[in-house]
Amino acid sequence: MTSNLLQAVFLGGNYALIAVGLSFMFSVMRIINLAHGSLAVLSSYLLFVLASKFGINPFLGLLIVVPVMAALGWILQRYILDRSARGGELLPVLTTFGLAILLDNLMFQRFGADTRSLAPYIGDLSWDAYELPGGFMVGKLQILTLATVVVIIAALQLFLKKTQLGRSIRATAMDPDTAGLVGIDAKRASAAAAAIALATVALAGAFLGMRVTFEPYSGGMQLLAAFEATVIGGLGSLWGTLLGGIVLAVAQTLGASIHPQGFLLGGHLAFLAILFVRLLRGRAFVSAWLTRARA
Amino acid sequence: MTKPYAIERWTPASRLGLTGIAIVVALFGVAPLVLKAGSLDRLTALFIYIMLAAMWNALAGYGGLVSIGQQMFFGLGAYVTIRIADFGLSPFLAIFVAAIIVAAIAWLLSFIMLYLKGGEFAIGMWVLSAFTHLLVNLDGLVQGETGTSLISMNAYAADNRRIAIYLVAMGSMLMLLGILYALLRSKTGAAIQAIRDNEVAATSVGVDVIKTKRKLFVLAAFGIGLAGALWLCTALTFQPKTYFSVQWTAYMIFMVLVGGIGKFEGAILGAVLFFIIETWFGATGVWYLIGLGLAAVIFSLYFPKGIWGAVEQRFGITLLPIGYKLRITGDET
Repeated sequence: MTSNLLQAVFLGGNYALIAVGLSFMFSVMRIINLAHGSLAVLSSYLLFVLASKFGINPFLGLLIVVPVMAALGWILQRYILDRSARGGELLPVLTTFGLAILLDNLMFQRFGADTRSLAPYIGDLSWDAYELPGGFMVGKLQILTLATVVVIIAALQLFLKKTQLGRSIRATAMDPDTAGLVGIDAKRASAAAAAIALATVALAGAFLGMRVTFEPYSGGMQLLAAFEATVIGGLGSLWGTLLGGIVLAVAQTLGASIHPQGFLLGGHLAFLAILFVRLLRGRAFVSAWLTRARA
Repeated sequence: MTKPYAIERWTPASRLGLTGIAIVVALFGVAPLVLKAGSLDRLTALFIYIMLAAMWNALAGYGGLVSIGQQMFFGLGAYVTIRIADFGLSPFLAIFVAAIIVAAIAWLLSFIMLYLKGGEFAIGMWVLSAFTHLLVNLDGLVQGETGTSLISMNAYAADNRRIAIYLVAMGSMLMLLGILYALLRSKTGAAIQAIRDNEVAATSVGVDVIKTKRKLFVLAAFGIGLAGALWLCTALTFQPKTYFSVQWTAYMIFMVLVGGIGKFEGAILGAVLFFIIETWFGATGVWYLIGLGLAAVIFSLYFPKGIWGAVEQRFGITLLPIGYKLRITGDET
């Protein structure tokens, strides 16, 4: 069981990695990008094509795919999301959902229904493990994933705090109109934030493809996991997202130990329970109801 | 004393529209006498699409609640029907009991879900749908993803069954549209439109936002649950994966976005268009789905009011008015 829980912490790193971009984009643009998971799967496919057609190692491939995805993020924000967000807070949900359907089916059209994996292209890394004191085995890939997400979050925090662009992104997140008054180009800041978010998506796609198999319609499940990790950790908080990912993975592991089909159920249940508790705490009517019950 | 103005709820166009609708309904009513089995099944599908579009529109267009998880109620409607029919209730009764149970579940869920905002509600519903799907898989009767069938339907001869399902689907569709229309024209309707236009302002004039949204949420669950149950009646087999697929919500969004979100006529128009597109291009498989996704993106960006919104704006036609119109008569005394 301890070994399982340890594995769960590392699995949580994977969820956090996919959730970071979603959380970051939400905190800046107030948009939940429903195409997030599909974009991660797109990155996995791009790396797969580079590896299988051109023999490029997925880690080297990231040198190409990260900039490509970042550029895509810039374009996405500039020409689609910005326009969509002007139509109110509900329209981006519809636009990005349409985008997800579009992407999933285009990938199906291009790559077919076969499941793919990046594992064959990374050598022993896919199965090699370290033995920790106490006889626990932890995969090298899992450690690398967790390290990557910690570095990304730390770098993002530092970037937001210390750099000019980071500060203008934070100002835009707080209030785009006022940010404009003090000379910040809110559109540029948002586009930069989207580019950064999609750069992390490229990394998430890479580790997804190395850890498990993927197919054109894998994006939906990735989006749900990312969303759950983000909400559990508290929307918009980056370190919270890491915690959220770990809580999600631990809940899934516990679920699986209770029932053979309990893995996903456990994760969803944890998400719903946390949602419920948070609503109970936040609602005024509950305190009113409690006082009435006590009287 | 006569006033210099009159308040109208019906316009000449809408009276004409109503007559047209009555004729169409009458034609659909006698269709089983002339149409072949295949065409009848297709029309049943059309009725179900109209139900889905109208209900998603009620939720998103009027309640401002964009959900990506409405497939939960579709799947639950079918599942509960199977469950109840297994106890020995006639499937034709079971579908309505199932829809009521689904509505009751939605009523309970509304106490949590309606407090979520915008995109959180949208994906929160999706998570809930995935969760429900997994729970349904645990039921031994369903046998996981293998699924099961509505065996009790076999008690009816195929031809009679087809006509009966067709008529029940048509009746269900008319009932749902009727309930929604009555709701929109009632006092609640005024509250609903106030919420649609501005939630904060609606609260300030005394509209109970959550209570009003709850009515729409429960109605949508009832309607979509009924649609799922009816789909089960025509398909007979129940595989959780097909019923709890997010594709159903994708269809609903396409129909409502293209037809005209927040327009009563828009959802119906969207469903008819979807039906025609599916009939012509459904066989192209993936390209057809790519087209649906692309249409959703383009409409949400450039034509957020949809086709009916454009028609209404340009020609000022309202077939099924839910508002009030002021007509200046000028004969002041």
